[in-house]
Amino acid sequence: MHIYANPKRFLSLASWLTPLVFFSGRVLVRAVVGYGLAPDLPELVKSVGIAPVPEDRLMGETVRILFIHVPAAWLGMGGWTGIAISSAALLIWKHPLAGLSARAIAVPGLVFTIICLATGSIWGRPTWGTWWVWDGRLTSMLVLMFLYIGYLALAQATAREGASPKIAAIFGLVGAVNIPIINRSVVWWNSLHQPPSLTAGKSSIDGVFLVPLLVAVLGFSLLFGAIVLMRMRALIAEQQVEARLRRRAMRDEPLATSNTAMEPAE
Amino acid sequence: MNRESLPHWEFVLAAYAVLLIAMGALIVWSWYTMRRAEKRREELKR
Repeated sequence: MHIYANPKRFLSLASWLTPLVFFSGRVLVRAVVGYGLAPDLPELVKSVGIAPVPEDRLMGETVRILFIHVPAAWLGMGGWTGIAISSAALLIWKHPLAGLSARAIAVPGLVFTIICLATGSIWGRPTWGTWWVWDGRLTSMLVLMFLYIGYLALAQATAREGASPKIAAIFGLVGAVNIPIINRSVVWWNSLHQPPSLTAGKSSIDGVFLVPLLVAVLGFSLLFGAIVLMRMRALIAEQQVEARLRRRAMRDEPLATSNTAMEPAE
Repeated sequence: MNRESLPHWEFVLAAYAVLLIAMGALIVWSWYTMRRAEKRREELKR
């Protein structure tokens, strides 16, 4: 892991990995999104090679929201898991890029959580008859969104004030307690939300929906990874600019002081 | 059982519109901030 602790080595890897991951994800997401919207498009079906998705027996056409809502939920939770792992790497091994990777994950994690909440609400109206209920799953997901906002505010404030990145890392680790709560909420409490559809080795989703769903999860995960790489590159470049400006200011300061000292007294 | 009849496609399109707008904005912003920061670093190197 420490092989990539050197930003130069990491950047040389990220420079070719970013477009590769981004375009791979884009191809998969475009196929599933286009497919979800236009299932009768024959070219798309041929190019993707997956069977057309029919209407669901109970949910009707709204089942197509599955292909964006579920990956968004997984990535919202996966994002915070990534923040917790990076925070642990920062606190335990003092990995130099761990703090940056946690900060890089926070924005896409927040956006995917918002997408999950918004698409879930839109899905809920025709399926449950309501936009929102204060049950365990929806409320814990809303809490995750506020945790992301809190983490971003804290990480930016500590970076701006020059405080230790360990403060945000501790918050990242403590906030991880919400992830198993979100995961188990539909089991622990009564909810309008369905119980887990995918568990270890088992699926209650028919194959005709499951295959495009897994393609969508892979595609969105690749896009998420590409965005994290872009954010990391941006944060590293910003840090290098700041360090260079600081060095320049320190180099110029003695010169300025000596010039002032040589000025004739009036 | 009486079921409320709602136009399903409108909900599907609304959900996909949320995704496209949010994802599009996130990708453009991430790309722009990365390019701007890297350009600034290159300018300072000179």
